[in-house]
Amino acid sequence: MGKVAFWQGNEALAMGALAAGCNFFGGYPITPSTEIAEKMAEELPKIDGRFIQMEDEIAAIAATIGASIAGSKSLTATSGPGFSLKQENLGLAYEAEVPMVLVDVMRGGPSTGLPTKAAQQDVMQARWGTHGDHGTIAYAPSSVEECYSLAIEAFNSAERYRQPVLIMSDAEIGHMREKIEIPEPGSFKIVNRKRPSVEPDKFLAYAADPDDDIPAMASFGDGYRWHVTGLTHNDWGFPTNNGDEIDKKMRRLMRKIDRFRDDIVKYDTLFAEDAEVLIVSYGSVARSSTRAVKDARARNIKAGHFRPITLWPFPDKELEKLARKVKTIIVPELNCGQLVHEVERAVHGKAKVVSATLVNGELFHPSEILEKITQEVR
Amino acid sequence: MPSKEVYSWLRTRFFPHMWCPGCGHGIVMHALLRALVDLEKDQNNTVIASGIGCSSRLPGYIDACTMHTTHGRSLGFATGIKMSKPELTVIDVMGDGDCSAIGGNHFIHACRRNIDITAIVMNNNIYGMTGGQASPTTPGGALATTAPYGAIDPTFDICRLAEGAGATFVARTTIANPKQAEKFIVDAVKHKGFSVVEIVSSCHTQFGRKNNRKTPISNIEYLKSASVMKEKAKDMSPEDLLGKIVVGEFVNKVAPEYTEQYLAMTKKVREA
Repeated sequence: MGKVAFWQGNEALAMGALAAGCNFFGGYPITPSTEIAEKMAEELPKIDGRFIQMEDEIAAIAATIGASIAGSKSLTATSGPGFSLKQENLGLAYEAEVPMVLVDVMRGGPSTGLPTKAAQQDVMQARWGTHGDHGTIAYAPSSVEECYSLAIEAFNSAERYRQPVLIMSDAEIGHMREKIEIPEPGSFKIVNRKRPSVEPDKFLAYAADPDDDIPAMASFGDGYRWHVTGLTHNDWGFPTNNGDEIDKKMRRLMRKIDRFRDDIVKYDTLFAEDAEVLIVSYGSVARSSTRAVKDARARNIKAGHFRPITLWPFPDKELEKLARKVKTIIVPELNCGQLVHEVERAVHGKAKVVSATLVNGELFHPSEILEKITQEVR
Repeated sequence: MPSKEVYSWLRTRFFPHMWCPGCGHGIVMHALLRALVDLEKDQNNTVIASGIGCSSRLPGYIDACTMHTTHGRSLGFATGIKMSKPELTVIDVMGDGDCSAIGGNHFIHACRRNIDITAIVMNNNIYGMTGGQASPTTPGGALATTAPYGAIDPTFDICRLAEGAGATFVARTTIANPKQAEKFIVDAVKHKGFSVVEIVSSCHTQFGRKNNRKTPISNIEYLKSASVMKEKAKDMSPEDLLGKIVVGEFVNKVAPEYTEQYLAMTKKVREA
């Protein structure tokens, strides 16, 4: 058993990142994510890590990507408007296959929206925010403890799959305080990117291993010379207009996530096995849902909860299995209905899907979700 | 022809390059490579970064640690690399639009931080790659596809911008003086802090054909005749300086360098 702390979600996220080996943070202040930058500014100098506050969100992610290319494990954190600004360079990290972690502590939108209120309006932006096709890995923590553990998981995935990984937190999770048992170092797995096994003169920067479709990554300054570009490139890393090379690159970019989908997908369930009404929710909403489901059970209503921990890839197969047995699926979200479309796609008509939306800046009260449940069993 | 030493810095595998025959950017690349050879830099520990545009294709042709990033943002990436590994030599090449339009904010803040990166601004007064649109350095009255009746926007003086923002080494030359370009790049890379070398380049294809400088040689002749050494410019009136390119070293001063400051701070924190 490790030490016990009483941490804020944002603080736990920063500490989890450090536990994962993060040694670079490129940031820019924005509510409600700023505490992550503040914690990293305080902690990184102590471990000879690097913190830099850049001139804007665009430069913050640029520095984060640059640091990773030089071999650092790097993090940036933001919220809605900053997430929008970061999309361009996020695309470069997908295209150039640069591992890094981006935290979006979601607030209400569009535009400046509701800086201090929790929302879940960036779920689809996480999937499709930057232009062009790419696989997405996005985690949604719903507790302070999970901010810590998913920060480690996010770094491991970024390093393993060689791409940016997103943590979609929200203002409620980021700002609330909870007890957390800090895992002992060594009690969890740390993944580091695959390094080239060939001599520098034989190194092809984007030649992927057929076993995993992931190219080994050298760092600038470690004896390997290579070219990084946001242009579609061949195995040399050089821009190409050759249709075969373009197709090869694009297909591999998707495949390297698709083929490991089962390893990446994470979800949690509560009373789901015999549920007649299933709640599907994530992030801060999952906490209200958990209470509501327990209250429903106390009233002898067969309610259950399915919590996607990876929003992307979405745990569709797993949800589909449950959908065959339930009557109704209710999807409460702090948006006008985003992940509900994924639920509908996964369920494919096997159960009735009900969207429950809340966009007034407040959180779902468990009684509101319970009310939805009782409506469905009436 | 490049020397044997310069040749060893080229990725000839990726030739032919994509610049138009007669483009000024090749002169900049050659001057940069001669400077790196002069400085006996190690290819494994030299980073050349760029953004987007004709200028930004330069790193791809250099056999070093090279990075072709997003439009205007290259200094952000370069800053991350330099912070991560301060021992690396980091050079950032950019065009006039890249540096002073879309990347203007990143440029002034890199100057302000005085981080040990050398920015080489290849200023050809036009957006060449997209077909000849006006940039923040397109001279008043010049024709561009987005200024079909003549540019009316006031221009940026990139060197004065850099100086004002805090760069500690600032110099300007033109592709008509490749020896001076080489010397300024050597001095800039040796300089501890953020250094800026503006090299006025030429684009006969997109700028020249609309502005009476259709051939590469007419551009070189123009740059030669328009250049005025800063020592001479000092005594010239603003009217006489209209349309002139003042060349020379404008700033060369000692100031705390960012990564050194950062490392000194972390050392203090760890010893506390």
